[in-house]
Amino acid sequence: MISLQPVGRPDAPLARRNPVAKLAAALLFTFALMATLDPVAPAIAIAVELAVLPLFGLRPRELVRRAWPLLAGAGGILVTLMLFAADRSGRVLLDAGPVVVTSGVLVTALGLVLRLFAVALPGVLVFATTDPTDLADALVQNARAPARFAIGALAAFRLLPLLGQEWQMITMARRARGVEAGRSPVARLRLFVSTAFTLLVGAIRRGTRLAVAMDARGFDAGVARTVARRQHFGTADWLLVVGATALAGAALGVSVALGTFRPLLG
Amino acid sequence: MGEVRLRGFGWRHAGRRAWALRGVDLRVERGERVLLLGPSGAGKSTLLAALAGLLPEDSGEQEGTIEVDGRSPHAVRERVGIVFQDPQTQLVMARCGDDVAFGLENRAVPAEEIWPRVDEALARVGFRYHRDRPTAALSGGEQQRLALAGVLALRPGLLLLDEPTANLDPGGAALIRSAIADALDDDTTLILVEHRVAEALPLVDRVIVLEAGGGVRADGTPEAVFGTHGDALAADGVWVPGRTVSPRRAAAPAGDVLVTTERLGLPPRLADTDLEVRAGEALAVLGPNGAGKSTLALLLGGLLRPGTGRVAARPELADADARTPPHRWPAPALARRIGSVFQDPEHQFVTGTVFDELALGLRRTGASEATVWERVDQLLERLRLARLAGANPYTLSGGEARRLSVATALATAPRLLICDEPTFGQDRRTWRELVELFADLRDDGHGLVTVTHDAEFVAALADRTVTLDRPPTTRDGTAATEDGAIETAAGVPR
Repeated sequence: MISLQPVGRPDAPLARRNPVAKLAAALLFTFALMATLDPVAPAIAIAVELAVLPLFGLRPRELVRRAWPLLAGAGGILVTLMLFAADRSGRVLLDAGPVVVTSGVLVTALGLVLRLFAVALPGVLVFATTDPTDLADALVQNARAPARFAIGALAAFRLLPLLGQEWQMITMARRARGVEAGRSPVARLRLFVSTAFTLLVGAIRRGTRLAVAMDARGFDAGVARTVARRQHFGTADWLLVVGATALAGAALGVSVALGTFRPLLG
Repeated sequence: MGEVRLRGFGWRHAGRRAWALRGVDLRVERGERVLLLGPSGAGKSTLLAALAGLLPEDSGEQEGTIEVDGRSPHAVRERVGIVFQDPQTQLVMARCGDDVAFGLENRAVPAEEIWPRVDEALARVGFRYHRDRPTAALSGGEQQRLALAGVLALRPGLLLLDEPTANLDPGGAALIRSAIADALDDDTTLILVEHRVAEALPLVDRVIVLEAGGGVRADGTPEAVFGTHGDALAADGVWVPGRTVSPRRAAAPAGDVLVTTERLGLPPRLADTDLEVRAGEALAVLGPNGAGKSTLALLLGGLLRPGTGRVAARPELADADARTPPHRWPAPALARRIGSVFQDPEHQFVTGTVFDELALGLRRTGASEATVWERVDQLLERLRLARLAGANPYTLSGGEARRLSVATALATAPRLLICDEPTFGQDRRTWRELVELFADLRDDGHGLVTVTHDAEFVAALADRTVTLDRPPTTRDGTAATEDGAIETAAGVPR
């Protein structure tokens, strides 16, 4: 189930910042960290991200619930690298038949996992604390995104959870007709493709109906829309963006000072 | 505001041979309340879309003229409001107030006027909740009421309603009709398309009937139109009020028990239910939206795994498989014994032609090609689909799609047939055919379970009814399971 609603306390100092400011801060922070391959900068970044958690009104438990795909991904990276890493340099830590874990492998794997978390967490923080409607409003009002795109995407977003129910209905309707894949992988694939096609046809029809209903209420009127919910982008929002950039710079600075900095390019 | 003029108007959708609508001459004055009728396929929805300015010029071919307040509907879009059938695809925003505000924003209403107008529109339709309420938390009737508020907030001179209650249970439909009656002022012209004529009549003072081939069949006060043309309209599939269909009672008492359920439930959708289904009996499952009727149909159909209790098939239905529950049977075995007809016919279509669609189940269950042809031909005749054998199922009209979905379930000759709202949105002609078909099946010894809101259908066919209640819900919206016993009422409705 895809959860779209924000969690945590909405009145926390950073949670109530303008969504565009939050998004910009997260992007700047992330891009700065992508510039290096060392483990120190991401480690500092993660420390910063966890430190600001209360400012976003999030409890660690809520973060874990939102970020579990990341944890799964990290586990996958660890296992894959331990089994298949080409570079087996360093001290041998574990020798279990074909699996040889060396300190070099472990450092590479942990470095990757750290980078994954450091880069992905800001996005998780932003989307876990931002209402989709506010995000669309702010994108239109503060980032000059076209309303046709932002509000259209928001409306389409609302229909997403329906797709899961629809898939289940189509599968059941087919079983009632005597259509079931059984064990053959070929039959399974064919049934999957044909179910997906039926789902797509239905989704397009629903999308078309929604678009017609939106246009009937003047969405395509071509006049400049007014806004019912004003989004402010104030000093505090600028401070968030500047602060995020400064912290990312500091993390890179420490990495350079310690001599661990390894630029991504060059 | 709100005057409508059509002179020889016709519209043909791009890529279609037949005209959706043709040769329509019509005048509707300001403040009139019109019920627009016509057999399925007469172009009622097309006419409303044209009046709302929702038929782009490049999407088809136009004949004659159509004017709202003396101008092309495209030019006066802001004076026309339209509410469609399906609430799910009309609501745009996540919160109720925002959804009503959406149209006002689009029309560039000054920001300080938006919220007062939102509140006024919500009050006019009798909306009970705060405007911050999530739209997803509303029932279908309340969602539709919200959609009506979103349109009324724009203060249209012409209000078009395209079967606004078709997707709702009787309670939700009554809610919408009262909201329409209360919310309209004397200056607003209303054009309403609605199958349930008797319920719609208190809202209108004029009835216009479109002819299937083109033109206007009848036009006048309800008394005049139904008095003069009542018989012919009824024969064409229009729901003329005051004409009941003589019920088809079972020819013989109910036979063997086919399936029983023991404390069958699926929290939080369905509370524990005990019932039995017999051969040669038509059982109707009633109850409000949210009572779990569709879930019960899926469980009986062997399509869902029960959460609690069990579905037990008797040997009369399942032979040696009676020891395993239907949801574990292989699909072909299931299709031979229990047929399911879904609420949305399109969910069930798998192939590219009507013929293949009917042949599919037979081929899956191992019938010879000669048997397949014979049986498919019979079904095509029986359900008036022969002319459409080569057509793509997705291109059928609502009535045709419904008949095909019933026919596909019958193709494998299952002893038990489970239908979810089979008469939903059907014209009178298809409706009568379904009653006759189901009654014949029952008299041939099939068991029939119908989940329905349609009281007339129940009166015409059902031998016994079961009424489900909403599962009791706790404060956080999940259902309590321990105390979910339901009332089971037996008896013939009349």
